[in-house]
Amino acid sequence: MSAAPLIKIEGLRVRFHGDDGRITHAVDSVDLSVANGATLGLVGESGCGKSVTSLAIMGLLPKQTSEVTGNIRFDGIDLLQTSDQTLRDLRGNRLAMIFQEPMTSLNPSFTIGDQIIETVLRHRGGSRKSARERAIELLRRVHIPSPERRIDEYPHKLSGGMRQRVMIAMALACDPRLLIADEPTTALDVTLQAQILELMRELKAASGAAIILITHDLGVVAEVCDEVAVMYAGEIVERAPVDELFASPQHPYTVGLLGSIPRLDHRTEQLATIEGMVPNMAQPPAGCRFAARCPFVLEACTKAPPPLAEVSTSHLSRCIRAPLEQLVS
Amino acid sequence: MALLEVENLVKHFVAERSLLGRSKAVVKAVDGVSFTLEAGKTLALVGESGCGKSTVSRLVLRLIEPDAGSVRFEGRDLLALDANALRAFRRRAQIIFQDPYASLNPRMTVGQILTEPLALHDLVPSPRRHERVAELLRLVGLEPRLARRYPHEFSGGQRQRIAIARALAVEPRLIICDEPVSALDVSIRSQILNLLRELQDRLDLAYIFVSHDLAVVKHIADRVAVMNLGRIVETAEADALFAAPRHPYSRALLSAIPLPQPHAKRSTILLKGEMPSALNPPAGCRFHTRCPFVIDRCRSEVPQLLADRSGHATACHRVAELPPADAILPAPHALSPALAKLVAAFSRKAEGAGHAGVGMQDAPATPK
Repeated sequence: MSAAPLIKIEGLRVRFHGDDGRITHAVDSVDLSVANGATLGLVGESGCGKSVTSLAIMGLLPKQTSEVTGNIRFDGIDLLQTSDQTLRDLRGNRLAMIFQEPMTSLNPSFTIGDQIIETVLRHRGGSRKSARERAIELLRRVHIPSPERRIDEYPHKLSGGMRQRVMIAMALACDPRLLIADEPTTALDVTLQAQILELMRELKAASGAAIILITHDLGVVAEVCDEVAVMYAGEIVERAPVDELFASPQHPYTVGLLGSIPRLDHRTEQLATIEGMVPNMAQPPAGCRFAARCPFVLEACTKAPPPLAEVSTSHLSRCIRAPLEQLVS
Repeated sequence: MALLEVENLVKHFVAERSLLGRSKAVVKAVDGVSFTLEAGKTLALVGESGCGKSTVSRLVLRLIEPDAGSVRFEGRDLLALDANALRAFRRRAQIIFQDPYASLNPRMTVGQILTEPLALHDLVPSPRRHERVAELLRLVGLEPRLARRYPHEFSGGQRQRIAIARALAVEPRLIICDEPVSALDVSIRSQILNLLRELQDRLDLAYIFVSHDLAVVKHIADRVAVMNLGRIVETAEADALFAAPRHPYSRALLSAIPLPQPHAKRSTILLKGEMPSALNPPAGCRFHTRCPFVIDRCRSEVPQLLADRSGHATACHRVAELPPADAILPAPHALSPALAKLVAAFSRKAEGAGHAGVGMQDAPATPK
């Protein structure tokens, strides 16, 4: 896209060292970039490495048990090489994150005001009074009714949707350049989900921040993302602009995913299924990681790991049989 | 005769008692719910958290006792049954739960889990039980040799298959499926949905399918009842409801579901405000605080659930004056020809390869 992306990830690899000496390959050779003001969707099923990728960006993986290598350049800083002090200055400031569980990510023993004010004071300084005004302003921005009163309430007094708004307000406290949202609406009812997605669109338009949205829901991706990266077993298997991914997916796993969701706008008698299971990531297969479940598998697929290669400009697939159209014509 | 007839079911839970034991606060979880279900059909109960859909499913099985109303199963009044008759009834109606990790006893092997209902209801003489367990496992797409394993050795989708096998062990006529696929990944979800439909065709099962996901409901249900705060606000044949939802709440729910279709042309109804609490539901229509079409009458008078000739019933004072729902409905969307062909090829090939998915791996796939 643009010449200098806001964040550029190259060759990111995360390995977890278990107590028993087992090494789990959680994320392998992930390359991503997000331009200013763009929204990237990171999609995949449980255990595919999408959340680990986001935690690696934020520098939140435990140092003792995880080994993170590669390159993450954010705004000119290499996040993997920089000091803890710099990271602390970035987090909650230019780099912010929203988690899935609004119930557990707020501290129950402080008012929501205290928690937002803490962030503002840490990064912006100034008086407590002005920080409080800023907090009220933020609560108003995320459409919390009567923020002057709500600011002194404890998290347990708020509903799930409200708490997620507070989390978003906190993430926005210092006008982040990049917002990572990890399943921000998964724990919410659909009508609340619609409100939160609308809010995220609104805020993006207003602030021009870039967003990495992590989700398992392809509907959410279609509604809010510009570009999508599909992850499977720790690798990115496909990357494309959102329209292209939904119209002409180029990795068999993506095809299976799209075929397996029941749709409101399309009637199918039988849903597609992806047979088999995700490979054991302590011993990832030698070839393509999807080979064992892939209906289009060739012998070559199991021999060497396929590269993430261009199918067309800006559309990448980790499949030696791409373009897939040739398989069905 | 309908398999199941539920009339005016009411369940209030006491949330807080005074010192003398009198109830101070009452949650009106289910407040006058009626529906019928034909043999071999699927009724979906849809709604958001706290709407009472799970409570209804438990009342129907008499896992909790209703405060008022009646449940008739195959013509017999369930609430009049004594303990023995109730046990016999439970052979005819079973339930599967949302969380496949919590609903199987971790100390029992799959074989033991499946043998228990057979022994309890004395269905199969003990020498033949082993055989029946194998048959049940094959029925849900698992290999019989897995009977010796423990639940923790299985993935979420496989555990849900075991829960289904356990429900099928007693040869029920009705299975209540309480959010059976909500905890599963999308690719596994489709396997379980396909399995449920296949079993329904084969065994003539009736389902009450409790779910918050309208796309799943559209795929599986014959009839749908939309619930809000303890009441049914709209019920109709699934095709009719999805083609022309009437109640403003059904419309809002339907329009809120994100479509896997970039730039889908339809408007979303964003509900203002918070969902009211069932502890203190609004007077009149319980949806009036969030309804874009509210008038004074809605605030005072409770709307009745009135059916038209086709059996499409709506509880809304303004149902006749509402604008058509066309703008919020997803336009029928054909998959791009390339994608449709690919999905077809994907499914065909996978079938040809046999049910590889039922095999076991020794290690759990990836730690959470």
